Amino acid sequence: MSTLTFPATTPSVAEDCEQLRKAFGGWGTNEGLIISILAHRDAAQRRLIQQTYAETYGEDLLKALNKELSNDFERVVLLWTLDPAERDAFLANEATKKWTSSNQVLMEIACTRSSHQLLLARQAYHARFKKSLEEDVAYHTSGDFRKLLVPLVSSYRYEGDEVNMTLAKSEAKILHEKISEKAYNYEDLDLKTDPKDEFLAILRATIKCLTCPEKYFEKVLRLAINKRGTDEGALTRVVTTRAEVDMKIIKDEYHRRNSIPLDRAIVKDTHGDYEKMLLALIGHGDA
Amino acid sequence: MAMIPLLAFAFFRHRMALPHECEALTKAFSENHNKFNKSSIFVLGFGVDEKSLVSILGKWHPEQRKSFRKGTPQFFVEDDRLFESPKAQCLGFKIDPPKLTWLLVALVSSYRYEGPRVNEEIAKSEAKTVSTAIKTADKKKPIEDEEVIRILSTRSKPHLKAIFKHYKEICGNNIDEDIEAGLSLKETLQCLCTPQTYFSKVLDAVLKNGVDDDMKEALTRVIVTRADVDMKEIREDYHKQYGVSLSKKVEDITNGNYKDFLLTLVARGD
Repeated sequence: MSTLTFPATTPSVAEDCEQLRKAFGGWGTNEGLIISILAHRDAAQRRLIQQTYAETYGEDLLKALNKELSNDFERVVLLWTLDPAERDAFLANEATKKWTSSNQVLMEIACTRSSHQLLLARQAYHARFKKSLEEDVAYHTSGDFRKLLVPLVSSYRYEGDEVNMTLAKSEAKILHEKISEKAYNYEDLDLKTDPKDEFLAILRATIKCLTCPEKYFEKVLRLAINKRGTDEGALTRVVTTRAEVDMKIIKDEYHRRNSIPLDRAIVKDTHGDYEKMLLALIGHGDA
Repeated sequence: MAMIPLLAFAFFRHRMALPHECEALTKAFSENHNKFNKSSIFVLGFGVDEKSLVSILGKWHPEQRKSFRKGTPQFFVEDDRLFESPKAQCLGFKIDPPKLTWLLVALVSSYRYEGPRVNEEIAKSEAKTVSTAIKTADKKKPIEDEEVIRILSTRSKPHLKAIFKHYKEICGNNIDEDIEAGLSLKETLQCLCTPQTYFSKVLDAVLKNGVDDDMKEALTRVIVTRADVDMKEIREDYHKQYGVSLSKKVEDITNGNYKDFLLTLVARGD
């Protein structure tokens, strides 16, 4: 469930563009105004705004945002404004470049998007980067990670209800056998008890993503917030990619697990315009 | 309308329907069709206007077929699960060696970039990688080499062409000449770079008298799937390789409405 809130009467696209232009103009930037508009528009509306802004002012809205804003606030606004498919393509491409946590982001995108959204993301990737997502992931990974991630990002899963229970049972058996064998190779440790191995961690996270994504995202948020100094990258990523999808469920799960609401945790851990934008996206308080 | 199930079946075969799905469709027809012949895409003598069928089907563009399919959803089974099982029993042939499944699954899952941009540096280095894999074929089959699979299943076709060009510069031969036959890798390379050569080879193999059902099915498959794509190039290549026109060969070997339909499709692209 989306946590976006909308004004009682939505201004016209032209008005939104004009206001955004005003927010950029003159001395400094009116961040509050930017938040009050962009954080309360859905993907279709934001796309129209981008289009109209470019037609009206001859400038790409994203470039303008990039010029005017900075740091965490800039990143959250930019990521949010992007079309979901383009956002996923951007995040995925970024993830093929860095070493840290990048495999996790690739897996996250591959496993928590619908088949259709993943396909759109791959199309957006072609258009923007002139390469396929698969080839970049394959090129920048190796061994076990490649064997896992390339098929994951290439998948186009059937999304209907039909399940072949016989096949499912036999595949559960195969998984069980393979896991037991692996455990033997890792000196009798089973899958749960070896937290240092990154591959096993990703494997566990994959399963979580595929079966109960809200728990996975709750954990990412919890670790990001509890980490010393906060992992803004992860926080921004989860909020911008889930605000229109299932943030409500994630919030509920967060509250259940941590006994404080996500809003409060964010307030405690972040500040300024960055904090305001995050809160707006998760539906906190007044628009 | 008996036409609809028949049209449905034509597209059904096109999408490599599973045997049990064919049976289900057969049953769905009605009691009249108990003589339904699965190896032929047409049923004769059931009051169907075959001539119209041929002239309609043969001339429809993809958009028309698509809108027809949309309008009669009850006769079509979309089954992307076809590609899930790595054993790929549904593809109707035994997979051997097992590593071939890796290549196949990777190939069918691919969603290649289709633009023209190619990174020549990377193409050059990947050509070296592939040539090393081929040189050490006695130690490890190229088809089981992770890098070979990665390259073949993820790189765009223009990029692959660049790789093969660099390969020739490095090794002196065309890459498909250096690959041992019978390992599917050769066919994969041909399909990726010069599909018309591959398809005219398949056609030559099946356009003979006395071939079995699988071969007949290959004839149908190639002609139906390439009619909209590169039939003209295949015709030209076929003529170049075998000295006889494809239409003439089809004319000689096949019969009846099946022949008419194939000829209509073969003539496309003119």
